[in-house]
Amino acid sequence: MSAHHVSATGESHGSVKAYTIGFILSIILTVIPYFIVVNHMMPVEGIAIAVVLLAIGQLFIQLVFFLHLDRSSEQRWNLITFLFTTLILLILVIGSIWIMWNLNYNMMDH
Amino acid sequence: MTSQIINNHSAEHHDHDAEATAKVAFGFWIYIMSDCILFSCFFASYAVLHTNVFGGAGPKELFDLNYVMVETFLLLTSSFTYGLAMLAAHKNNKAQALTWLFITFLLGLGFIGMEINEFHHLIIEGNGPSRSAFLSSFFGLVGLHGLHVTCGLIWMALLMFQVSTRGLTAMVNRKLACLSLFWHFLDIIWIFVFTVVYLMGVM
Repeated sequence: MSAHHVSATGESHGSVKAYTIGFILSIILTVIPYFIVVNHMMPVEGIAIAVVLLAIGQLFIQLVFFLHLDRSSEQRWNLITFLFTTLILLILVIGSIWIMWNLNYNMMDH
Repeated sequence: MTSQIINNHSAEHHDHDAEATAKVAFGFWIYIMSDCILFSCFFASYAVLHTNVFGGAGPKELFDLNYVMVETFLLLTSSFTYGLAMLAAHKNNKAQALTWLFITFLLGLGFIGMEINEFHHLIIEGNGPSRSAFLSSFFGLVGLHGLHVTCGLIWMALLMFQVSTRGLTAMVNRKLACLSLFWHFLDIIWIFVFTVVYLMGVM
């Protein structure tokens, strides 16, 4: 993160180097899951876990290199609101899938 | 705080602008977080409904991964070129900023054009949003993202006009910073659309 240049207000602008590193890492993290899926390199469950983990990896790469989100004190509120949003988001998505899966299961003819 | 120490009018003015930029950027960040929640509802409905194809074609038959890969690269590259436009704006290089913004705009336009083409093909082949619950949630999620990108493009066109007429003033720079947050955010959302809808759809 030393490549970042931070103005007096703590607003991070990034640098050509940081953007280029982010861009290259994003390309790598897009191409890997593509080849995993196209070549059926693992069993289906393995592929699902791998592509989700790679997507989360790319999320962090872009948050750091493109959105310049870090743990600096000026960014604290951005980070706190982001973490809170992530919590709500996970409750919504995992909760919905969990409830509807149980609903489907219990509505089936046994 | 520094404005109280430095008794210089221009420094005070600059400090005021920087403070305003920080406030506007934080407010816009809150909007983006609320937009994340909106997208999470669409992702949740897609996750729940994507197996309900109602006897029609499923993700495996409908999606062409190579085509979507090109779309992904267009959007990813546009996120990078927007970053370069921001760096040029910070260096007060108007011509360079406008050039990168224009390249970003073209890449975004290419993405939206490919998406409209994909939707058009699906609909004329009878796989429109009313065909099944899977397709309703698919058009809802991908369409919502496309709508955001379209709004981003209109905003970008207006900003390019403002940069060329007003120059890189403090206010124009603030607007550019907000659009940069929005544009990078749309790229992040697309990574998850690409992963959840397309990659996991065809595997």
